[in-house]
Amino acid sequence: MKLSCMVRGQHYAFSSIKEVMAKASEEKSGDRLNKIAAASALERMAAKVVLSELQLKDIYENPLIPYETDEVTRIIYDDLNLFIYNEIKGWTVGELREYILSHKTGLSQLSRISRGLTSEMISAVAKLMSSLDLVIASQKIRNQAYCNTLIGEPGRLAFRIQPNHPTDDPEGILASIKEGLSYGSGDAVIGINPNNDSVESVSRLLHMSHDFISKWNIPTQNCVLAHITTQMKALQNGAPIALMFQSLAGTQQANEAFGISRAILDEGMEMMRQMGTSTGPNVMYFETGQGSEVSLDADLGVDMQTLEARTYGYAKHWQPFMVNNVSGFIGPETLYDGRQVIRADLEDLFMGKLHGLPMGIAPTYTNHMYADQNDQEIAGILTTVAGANFYMGLPGGDDVMLSYQDTSYHDDASLREMLGLRPLREFEKWLERMGIMQDGRLTEQAGDLSIFD
Amino acid sequence: MSQFDMEAIVEKVLQELSRRTEAKQPGGGEQTTEPADAGTIYFPEEKEMGLTNPRNPQTIERARQITPARIAIGRAGTRMKTTSYLQFRIDQAAAHDAVMKDVSEDFLRDLGLPVLKTRAADIQEYLMNLDVGRKLCDESVQWLKENGQKGKDVQIIVSDGLSSSAVEANTKDLLSALLQGLKLKHISVGQPVFIKRGRVWVQDEVAALVGCEVVVSLIGERPGLATAESLSAYMIYRPNENSVESDRTVISNIHRGGTPPIEAGAHLADLIEDILRFKASGVKYMQLKNS
Repeated sequence: MKLSCMVRGQHYAFSSIKEVMAKASEEKSGDRLNKIAAASALERMAAKVVLSELQLKDIYENPLIPYETDEVTRIIYDDLNLFIYNEIKGWTVGELREYILSHKTGLSQLSRISRGLTSEMISAVAKLMSSLDLVIASQKIRNQAYCNTLIGEPGRLAFRIQPNHPTDDPEGILASIKEGLSYGSGDAVIGINPNNDSVESVSRLLHMSHDFISKWNIPTQNCVLAHITTQMKALQNGAPIALMFQSLAGTQQANEAFGISRAILDEGMEMMRQMGTSTGPNVMYFETGQGSEVSLDADLGVDMQTLEARTYGYAKHWQPFMVNNVSGFIGPETLYDGRQVIRADLEDLFMGKLHGLPMGIAPTYTNHMYADQNDQEIAGILTTVAGANFYMGLPGGDDVMLSYQDTSYHDDASLREMLGLRPLREFEKWLERMGIMQDGRLTEQAGDLSIFD
Repeated sequence: MSQFDMEAIVEKVLQELSRRTEAKQPGGGEQTTEPADAGTIYFPEEKEMGLTNPRNPQTIERARQITPARIAIGRAGTRMKTTSYLQFRIDQAAAHDAVMKDVSEDFLRDLGLPVLKTRAADIQEYLMNLDVGRKLCDESVQWLKENGQKGKDVQIIVSDGLSSSAVEANTKDLLSALLQGLKLKHISVGQPVFIKRGRVWVQDEVAALVGCEVVVSLIGERPGLATAESLSAYMIYRPNENSVESDRTVISNIHRGGTPPIEAGAHLADLIEDILRFKASGVKYMQLKNS
């Protein structure tokens, strides 16, 4: 294993794979905050050179976070298919990149090697890929999942209605749900972030959304994005849940700060299988994003992108219906500007897809970042071209409870129409029956929430 | 009605509009200096009802009342209508400016507080490096050592944090209500200070330097589109190196659309009295209070 190289007459030596991985990352403020980023542009390139020559077995044999002390590492290693890994362990990361991009490599080849790759290997190869590399590679991979609807079919693009209200007023939330449906959004999930995490309040919103979906026969699923343990208590009390939510991170320490563990996720999913309302088999919805470990001071000196990959390695253990990436939600100390967010979105979509996950992207930004609506829309277009399964849908793109911006109902309809993408199969039929959509376009009456009177 | 009457009425209306605009931008600097005239556009702040022919107008009306979400805004093709698009961008620009702009010099002069600084050289460094906003610069440490009023019950810090607009909109009312409240309770207060580019934790250093019992930071919150003017108050009783986040008592959402600053000031005075009585803040204070 070689950890040094000569670039432009200068010798660069690195002490560990962890250091190579961090310094080979594209520039991100969170890695710089942690003082693990490359000190210069050429040092970054030197790290990429070293990384390109590492063999996959070098990465396998030198875990960045020890197996013994970290549950995320354990799940990544225990879920690996050793037969497939042994076939490819002699490849360099540079060779892996060329294999992924080759015309001869399609979905079935990528799905196969996915099972022999650890999250760190997937992170490594993404560090050698440009924006277009990431889009081309992501386009090849379609991962499908089934809850009450089938998500991830080629040619289809789904959306979550995110109808949040500052005080969880059910009537206010319902108004935003109706608005979203009238724009053709909501086939991924109707997912409410509660302001109040109490079991009673969460149950009330679960009943309200479930009843509305039943009344109008909408082919979708409901979800209230409270802490998983709150949802489990609600489920126990008989609340109707189609999809169970939880935020995940890429180290055991960060997951402990989130108040979760493998045991809790296992129990939650088991309860969903027994008491959930949906068909399944995919009944979990996860959210992730670069920088969460940094902001929890639980990153263990590993770069943000690799921690995000590790989060996917952890997430896939529970075969989720949706994994939503919200890099950009934290602030400029982790992702500084539009450029860094767009890069993170493309990396995350690719890395999630190569893990076999049904990925969606939330190209978000906060108001203290150097990013605005234009950056968000560019990220949305790029990741749609790259084949994201779904996006969020917010009234006017403004989350009035969480105070950040995300894709709007208008953006949802636009992304579909500009690329000729259709809603999920059953949901499209429902939209046509409701007179909201015809031949893949919104009708005249779309956008009027009073059609649900 | 004569031509003269008409002109007088127009003049009055324009004066009123001008007054209202100024009232909406407290401390606002250069933008409000131009007097309004007939050629001035008053862009609507009320969310646009963008549907031309809804099936049930009453439903739309009701929906717009029960949620601040941007609903029933209509569309141009699949895109937003011009007014709602511009409103969104205005709200976002105001939020972004609230972070990036410094509290105005005029405002600080008016406020009359000593201005201290953290180690953040500029807004970039402040946003990117959380540590620099948590420590005073050397000159400010020196100043506080020499001039800070020592051994008082309470030390108040005003800080821009992530919103200069929040400071400009709320500080005067909030500070005078709070000082008044503490005075009535015979609680001693050191000379309040303004700290430029401060984060919450800088209060620990200030408390150590002046030796107060309770330190209170009135600090601008991360702005959202709904308001860029929200302020929080963080309080801690005798912080030390072992203090953790849960030792702080927080009152957030102080602004004219949330808890108005005068009301918040009175509430804070009560809370500080309580914290002094229990000799604890944060979770510890809540436990003692409820036991």
